[in-house]
Amino acid sequence: MPTLRDIKRRIKAVHSTSKITKAMKMVAASKFRKAQQRMFELRPYADRMNSVLSSLAGGAESEIHPLLAVRPRQKVDIIVLTSDRGLCGAFNSNILRAASKHISHLQKEGFEVNVSAIGRKAADYFKRRNVPLKKSWTGISGRISYANAQEIATDIIERYTNEATDEIILAYNEFKSVAAQKVVVTRLLPLASIEAAAETLPVFNFIYEPSKEDIFNNLLPKNVEIQVFRALLESQASEEAARMSAMENATKAANDMINSLTLQFNKARQASITRELMDIVGGVEALKG
Amino acid sequence: MENKILLEIVTPHGLIYSEEVDEVTANGSEGEFCVLQGHAPYVTTLKIGMLTCKTGKGPVIFFVNWGYAEIGADKVLILADSAERAEDIDVERSRAAFKRAEDRLKKAEDIDFHRAEASLERAATRIQVAQLKIPK
Repeated sequence: MPTLRDIKRRIKAVHSTSKITKAMKMVAASKFRKAQQRMFELRPYADRMNSVLSSLAGGAESEIHPLLAVRPRQKVDIIVLTSDRGLCGAFNSNILRAASKHISHLQKEGFEVNVSAIGRKAADYFKRRNVPLKKSWTGISGRISYANAQEIATDIIERYTNEATDEIILAYNEFKSVAAQKVVVTRLLPLASIEAAAETLPVFNFIYEPSKEDIFNNLLPKNVEIQVFRALLESQASEEAARMSAMENATKAANDMINSLTLQFNKARQASITRELMDIVGGVEALKG
Repeated sequence: MENKILLEIVTPHGLIYSEEVDEVTANGSEGEFCVLQGHAPYVTTLKIGMLTCKTGKGPVIFFVNWGYAEIGADKVLILADSAERAEDIDVERSRAAFKRAEDRLKKAEDIDFHRAEASLERAATRIQVAQLKIPK
């Protein structure tokens, strides 16, 4: 049976924990709003970019630009995008589990798989499991800028152009709503939209200015950058949303705990009062006797 | 409602404009061009410059900073790095940017000549576009 003082100390401890989680929830909420706004602003641009590419794809031969080349798949790069910080529920473990599954699946099929990580959580996870990382970018979540996306995209483009890899896959959390994030494993290169579009869409004979090559030289790397940037922003918004609900739950759990501890405290106090009364009454009775 | 084309201007900072218009004039890499309904499919890069469109209520002027234009028979899609309506341009800020770029170019010890030049051009065009709109 814990003493009164023990229970009191625990209540205090839980109370201060709940204060922290509450504050973290509020911080996450404000960060989330910012991230969400940036994401919503970028979405139309990224979508339009995709649609432009697919409508151009009809007239594009794969020789025109190295990024359009489709090679038989042998070497696959997978880039796993997580957060740098924890305390955001199942956000990171979901993505890491999906990524690991995907990796082992690819390896079983006999592909050479190279893993890269964005975010400290992914980097640590693969390091612990002795998975060699081709590249890792950490310390960018929280203050994502377009330059980050450019840096990552440049590396991706370089690897693809040098034929160091035949396919590049990106695994990240897509933002659905505050309550739901969806793990997405998507192919960055070769461009899926182009391949699909080439078969279904009618071929328009576009007039290109200055030239077809120039347009593709500009547009294709830009598209990779934008898709990476979008994934970064989606992941950022998802992370803050996940942290928000995780902290909300933690605060609720702490409050429940405080309630039950308070009840226990009151019971113990009442018991000790009753005991003391019994002692006094007993003493008085003895004196009388 | 015939002879209208849908003009959409999107940037990484959001959808700037999406309206049915009569005519669009923009500054392509090979020179200024004008689009009416029924234009042939056309793709071009855009230079820093002005984009004007004519609507039923009069012209609307934009500043466009690099980008692409995809033109179809009844649609003009502008993908720009940044764009703003003439009346939204912060002239003070552009003037400051202009001055900064000018100083950097004068010193000439800067390594990034292209960047300074580009920002000078951007600022100058912004001011130009903004002032076009003001005397109304």
